[in-house]
Amino acid sequence: MADPVPPDDSAPKASPPGISSPKASPPDEPTPDEPTQDAPMPDAPAPDESAPDRPRPKIGEGPGRLLVSLYGLFTVAAGSRAAFQLIAQYHRAPLSYILSAFAAVVYAFILVTLVRGGESARRIALVCCGVELAGVLVIGTLSIAVQSWFPDQTVWSYYGADYLFIPLVLPVTGMLWLRRAGRPQTDPEAGPETGLETGSEARAQAVTTA
Amino acid sequence: MVFQSVRPRIESPHAQCFLSAPPHRAAVGVTGVLTAAVSIAALLLAAWCGLATARDQPTKDWHLIGMAVVTALALAQLVFGVVEIANGHKADGGNVVFLLYAVGAVLVVPAAAFMSLVERTRWGSAIGVAGGLVLAALELRLDQVWGGGHG
Repeated sequence: MADPVPPDDSAPKASPPGISSPKASPPDEPTPDEPTQDAPMPDAPAPDESAPDRPRPKIGEGPGRLLVSLYGLFTVAAGSRAAFQLIAQYHRAPLSYILSAFAAVVYAFILVTLVRGGESARRIALVCCGVELAGVLVIGTLSIAVQSWFPDQTVWSYYGADYLFIPLVLPVTGMLWLRRAGRPQTDPEAGPETGLETGSEARAQAVTTA
Repeated sequence: MVFQSVRPRIESPHAQCFLSAPPHRAAVGVTGVLTAAVSIAALLLAAWCGLATARDQPTKDWHLIGMAVVTALALAQLVFGVVEIANGHKADGGNVVFLLYAVGAVLVVPAAAFMSLVERTRWGSAIGVAGGLVLAALELRLDQVWGGGHG
């Protein structure tokens, strides 16, 4: 609410979707204290909001922010569930609860990489999403095939059916997004550097037009 | 009267319990009605934010006010849950579990609101959609945990 939301007439009808509202682009330099709200972005001097023609945001922005939200949610959900069950009823199904805790750790790790951003974080996140997908598939299959191993459910039991199958969908969407976000349209070798430059150019243009 | 009309919307195995054991329901009904109200409000919020997503718009003030309303309903649910537990209600899934879920239900939409303020694009609206759907799912779970009040 403290955020000065622009009135409707200045809403981003005229500007392409990737460009944020004017409040996000102060004149020039004082960006370092601006993004403290979430992403430190160590390797980016300026937030690269968008490329002019096709948005190439960092992995934690745009659609990535939805993933950040969902991974944050699942970190909390799986973590609190595992913590509660490990404390309150450890002996009922230790394997299930430890697996839930493992899932929480994987979610937390992906969350951190998404928020940090950068090429190496993107690769690590890709690997973790693979681990997550493998976990869902293996645990999901085992929970059906060898039910005696799981007296109580884990986050990944029955392919995450308890959680609307989001645990199954999330790693797939995550990997698709990470692949897309890491592929600059012009030069595949340059990585995020080109996206950064075009982004700051777009930002400069946005500032001058504003 | 009001309870009778709202209760059937709760899709849970306990709905039959509600009808078969009317004298027991006096105190639990408030939470049941609130669960239904929060679920419907959360789904409406999700649909509303979905509209903004489809139109390629970020969330606006009215969306945030809607999120505040939904959060207020969830908060009321938590408060009434605490009151009924203090009055001796025992949730089927355990009172601690119920309270943890109820606190989570209060926090989900504000978290989505925060993220949608950070992300001023259509994806911020999509986060609002996710928040509404997650809250609706949480309400389903809350209803299971709360149970029919027997025991």
